[in-house]
Amino acid sequence: MEAKSLLASSTALDARSKLLRQQIVKVLKFSRRGHVGAAFSLVEILRVLYDDILRFDPHNPRDVKRDRCILSKGHGCLALYTILSQKGFFPESELWKFCAPDGMLGGHPEHKIPGVEASTGSLGHGLSLGVGMALNGRYEKSDHRIFVIIGDGESNEGSVWEAALCAGKHKLDKLTVIVDYNKQQSYATTMEVQDMEPFADKWQAFGFAVQEIDGHDVDALRNALKGIPFHTGKPNALICHTVKGKGVSYVENNLNWHHKNKITNEEIESLLKELA
Amino acid sequence: MRKTCLDQVYELAKNDPRIFFVGSDLGYETLKQFKSEMPDRFFMEGVSEANLIGISAGLGLEGKIVYANTIATFLSRRCFEQIVLDMALHHVNVRLIANGGGLVYAPLGPTHLAIDDLAILRAVPNMTIVAPCDAQEMKRLMPLTVDYQGPMYIRMAKCGDPIVSSDHIPFKIGKAMALREGKDALIVTTGITLGLALKAAVILGKEGVETAILHMPTIKPLDHEMLLDYVRQTSVIVTIEEHSVIGGLGSAVAETILEANFDTIKNFKRIGIPDVFASSYGTQEDLMRLYGITADNLCAVVKQLRDSKVKVVV
Repeated sequence: MEAKSLLASSTALDARSKLLRQQIVKVLKFSRRGHVGAAFSLVEILRVLYDDILRFDPHNPRDVKRDRCILSKGHGCLALYTILSQKGFFPESELWKFCAPDGMLGGHPEHKIPGVEASTGSLGHGLSLGVGMALNGRYEKSDHRIFVIIGDGESNEGSVWEAALCAGKHKLDKLTVIVDYNKQQSYATTMEVQDMEPFADKWQAFGFAVQEIDGHDVDALRNALKGIPFHTGKPNALICHTVKGKGVSYVENNLNWHHKNKITNEEIESLLKELA
Repeated sequence: MRKTCLDQVYELAKNDPRIFFVGSDLGYETLKQFKSEMPDRFFMEGVSEANLIGISAGLGLEGKIVYANTIATFLSRRCFEQIVLDMALHHVNVRLIANGGGLVYAPLGPTHLAIDDLAILRAVPNMTIVAPCDAQEMKRLMPLTVDYQGPMYIRMAKCGDPIVSSDHIPFKIGKAMALREGKDALIVTTGITLGLALKAAVILGKEGVETAILHMPTIKPLDHEMLLDYVRQTSVIVTIEEHSVIGGLGSAVAETILEANFDTIKNFKRIGIPDVFASSYGTQEDLMRLYGITADNLCAVVKQLRDSKVKVVV
């Protein structure tokens, strides 16, 4: 497949998707820093999970029957925080203290935050944690599900594949890996740094049932996630083709927006204008 | 000690459905009975230590008590970040049972010698580190690990080490034990070095040197209070461990003594593995002899410190 076609996603964003991105930009207004590109590529994935798929109670965030969602790609947390606050896990006021000395929300999510299942940030850890949770779920004969969101760059980590081997071995069909496949890492595209293709084949080889969709197509996400398990007796891999920085033309696929420091008022205004 | 430890895991698991066992690629028929009677809680996940820790921590996050087991080097160095982030940062109740701490695997070379495990794990917040001296001490420790809160590293010796611990002294995680009283010198031990200290104390006693022995099976949290009580009473302190002199028991004791800012001079030495990789094989005893981790060298060091004069460098 040509690199360009892998990078393209012409899916239009609806009002809710734009609003969620606006909220992320408002957080940046206070913190002046953040992994913007990574957060923007995750918005639809998290939105559909929390709107339509996950069973949870924000007033009882550790309810044993809840579905667990681990953002293993921890640097995408701006997208997670905005959704969690909207769902009532914590007050919106916490968003404005992102990365502040007295803030609860840091540049990578921590387990102490209501709604956050695991402290992540160092890539490659979340899937093993999810496998452990899924093994427990089976032991407890519970029907709750485990979702682990990973990045494509994160898939460079050997620990991801150790966990994948284990998930396949144990046939954990209540475990779903969602890959935010935006084809960009920090230094360059995934094709240049570490091409993961044939990516779907790899997951299949590890014993997963695999589907690939446009990761910004809300309907496609909903349909795919409602179809879990894709195949009884196999863990699920949902490869979401996304665009890093999706929603703002000059942020899309722009490596300079992997992580931004000292974001200016002008940049904030420009981002909000594009997302209007 | 290893057999005792795993037997204990089996017994504890029989009575507590929260207990899980996760191994890597252990010896044939390891915990056969556990697997047969409690198959849902027995896991052998292959040569993938990062995953081993991750899944143990995932189970721990769900409220389970997990005993994870493999060779000490692979359960410390290899998956150190998983220990730090998955286990310690999440404060989960995972117990790492580390086979062959120190020089147990001498014939197998430096890849299998856990000479730095205490050092690297001491720097991990929330971590508890215990090195029992013999199978009996291990038996006293294990039931206490079930409801102990937070992650723990249990450093195992090999099978067949002589029983040197005392069952008159109750075992408590985090507490040192005075095995002998004496004001002429203090020897501080952890793991199997207690046996060496007891031998040395007898030899020294015959030469009129009365030596106290403080056994510290828990290296972290260190029992500072009891240590300082004994340090206060003497001017000669020697630590002895089957571990690098960097970062282990000796360093922990040195930190404590120095920060106590005693008015009187304390003469101090760490006996342990020097800052080298093993360059020869043989037995555990051969390597310990090479590095001076012996009762004879302990005696020599104690006497040397007693005889030394303080050198003031201007």
